[in-house]
Amino acid sequence: MDEKTLRSIIEEVLGEFARNSAGGGVSTLPRPDEVPAFEATLTQATGDELVITEEGPAKKGLSPREVVIALSPAFGGAMTKTITGIPHAKVLREICAGIEEEGLSYRFIRSFRTADVGFIAHDAAEYSGSGIGIGIQSRGTTVIHQADLPPLSNLELFPQAPLIDLETFRAIGRNAAKYAKGEAPEPVPVRNDQMARPTYQAIAAVMHIKEVQLTDPNKKTQALRVEYR
Amino acid sequence: MRSKRFEVLGARPVNQDGYVTEWPEVGLIAVDAPADPKPSIKIENGVVVEMDGKKRADFDMLDIFIADYGIRLDNAEQVNAIDSLELAQRMVDFRVPRAEVVKLTTAMTPAKITEVVNKMTVLEMMMACTKMRSRLFPANQAHVTNVRDNPVQLAADAAEGSLRGFAEEETTVGIVRYAPFNAIAIMVGSQVGRPGILTQCAVEEATELELGMRGFTAYAETVSVYGTEQVFMDGDDTPWSKSFLASCYASRGLKMRFTSGTGSEVQMGFAEGKSMLYLEARCLYVAKGAGSQGIQNGSVSCVGVPAAVPGGIRAILAENLIAMSLDLECASSNDQSFTHSDLRRVARTLMQLVPGTDFICSGYSSTPNYDNMFAGSNWDAEDYDDWLIIQRDLKVDGGLVPVLEEDVVRVRNHAAKAIQAIFRELGLPEITDEEVEAATYAHGSEDMPKRNVVEDLKATDELMKRGITGVDLVTALDRSGFDDVATSVYNMLKQRVSGDYLHTSAILDDNFHVMSAVNYPNDYLGPKTGYQITDEKWDQLKNIPQAISPEEI
Repeated sequence: MDEKTLRSIIEEVLGEFARNSAGGGVSTLPRPDEVPAFEATLTQATGDELVITEEGPAKKGLSPREVVIALSPAFGGAMTKTITGIPHAKVLREICAGIEEEGLSYRFIRSFRTADVGFIAHDAAEYSGSGIGIGIQSRGTTVIHQADLPPLSNLELFPQAPLIDLETFRAIGRNAAKYAKGEAPEPVPVRNDQMARPTYQAIAAVMHIKEVQLTDPNKKTQALRVEYR
Repeated sequence: MRSKRFEVLGARPVNQDGYVTEWPEVGLIAVDAPADPKPSIKIENGVVVEMDGKKRADFDMLDIFIADYGIRLDNAEQVNAIDSLELAQRMVDFRVPRAEVVKLTTAMTPAKITEVVNKMTVLEMMMACTKMRSRLFPANQAHVTNVRDNPVQLAADAAEGSLRGFAEEETTVGIVRYAPFNAIAIMVGSQVGRPGILTQCAVEEATELELGMRGFTAYAETVSVYGTEQVFMDGDDTPWSKSFLASCYASRGLKMRFTSGTGSEVQMGFAEGKSMLYLEARCLYVAKGAGSQGIQNGSVSCVGVPAAVPGGIRAILAENLIAMSLDLECASSNDQSFTHSDLRRVARTLMQLVPGTDFICSGYSSTPNYDNMFAGSNWDAEDYDDWLIIQRDLKVDGGLVPVLEEDVVRVRNHAAKAIQAIFRELGLPEITDEEVEAATYAHGSEDMPKRNVVEDLKATDELMKRGITGVDLVTALDRSGFDDVATSVYNMLKQRVSGDYLHTSAILDDNFHVMSAVNYPNDYLGPKTGYQITDEKWDQLKNIPQAISPEEI
């Protein structure tokens, strides 16, 4: 879904919200049991909520002009934010915007056999028609991968999840698309903060444990439909 | 209203660290998890039929590997029957020689050795480490990296690191494809600072092996093993595949050690409810069984996990002690930032600095931490004087020596010029005189001009495709008049033919002579035995330029 469609949905929802509160009914005040739904509508309008639907086993793409984005088992489902609290919806929108800037398309899949981001990214690359994929974990760790590289190698790795901001996610999408087009882009600048580990590593471990608990070695990689609300 | 004292305490660096309470069910516990097995061993017809409460039929692949290759079986039943407290006492008691303790420890099961070391306080563990370190004297290892993978700066920092006393230097990359440049830059630079320094490039295993076979590195360290089957499988590995990799290095005459550490299994989410220390003990028996001469351990990059739970730093010392007690070389970590608190990071390091280990840090960041691509070390270039003065305060040898600014400037410049010459001779992207000048005086990559990354990466790719090896580097250096560096790099390549530095805990002196646990075994038996700082060394350590001579006043 592109930003334009998204904007029109938001406008539609907001419009509906405006009509409702204009008081087509008896009272101008919402009934108490309507309030949570009312608030939810407001939240949805920010587009910070992801609705991810599985659409059966993922297929290998044929288009050389696509980048596949593979999500870890909990991404946008059991977990909704990165380790620094960035909503997963915003992360995906930035990555997609980066790919679109380069004029390429994208597809989403979810890996269940592992929560290891190297393998998730390699899965993405293998399913991708261009041979380029992006793998991303719930805490935000991201890898750009190429199908013919060993799984534990990569094109670009962003190991320090707390340091990846939205701008970087967009640049990751952009660079992945450039690799897919056969270009040799300047790698996204690597960031380093030696104090990320002291603050975040134990929390990252707990997040990862919970993510691993959602892996399922017998479940095939799924094609996903991703919607923002 | 808030207490002003608590406000001040809340703002202290130590309170910016992450702490968690124990969660034993998933293995988020340093030692003594309820699910840890009780020690046991039964042997029938030379085959282990029961180990640590499990029947052979129920063994996972690690159990099988450890039972078949990791434990000395000839006296295993007798040793494991001895009370763990008594075994702990023998490990700590300096009158019991190291060689006798090794006979006991190598016959223990993973659960047994965990129980034994867990009888000790950290002070007793440090006593045991003093005796159990494999090599007679300690040494230190540096990290040489920067956030831009700048090869000129890498060469200069490697040269300075060697001059400062590091016996080994390790690089890694920000961008994987830079690996050949990084490996070459620190190998050449290190030989300028002091001939005989061993260097490595920590990258994905197949690439790391190839760099070694090309002659761009002298050893490898990042051969990781894990304490549960699932984590092994997550890396597409088994103890057998790791053994195969280890023998690949050995067959090429390259030194190699494994890496493991507490916290990795729980970090990856597959600790099976076992304590971090017990799982690390399993790793160490796998390393032993695979025939590795040594291990880098001490939680390493997972240090934030044990450091966040009670007793975690004690467990890290315990795992170092188990490693050396299995007669392995121990590169004892102290290499990764785990705290905002200067007090905590010193307290953590004293555990290995005071007894001394084969490599106290593995490694110490030779750059400011913003350039440390291992995500920050526990010690960095800005701590050099602190480290030297702690050595002087305690009269301990932590592997570093005081240096003069003019000497540092000289070796940095020579190393930068040497790598400039190699790039020119091999037709790699130009290193300008401006870059050489900047690297000579730089503190970190912020002081360096930017390079054309795309051009560099294209050149690394071509360099590998052209089949360039260490010999090409030697000829390039020789052709461009760097005879001294050419000779040193050539002598490092020759080590692979003799292979003497594959012995346990081997390092080289500046004449390329091997110093290992074979020709320099640790013979500590109490005060005034084992490694003693010579008068000459003490003069060197105490002679810091900051000290004012009373005669001058």
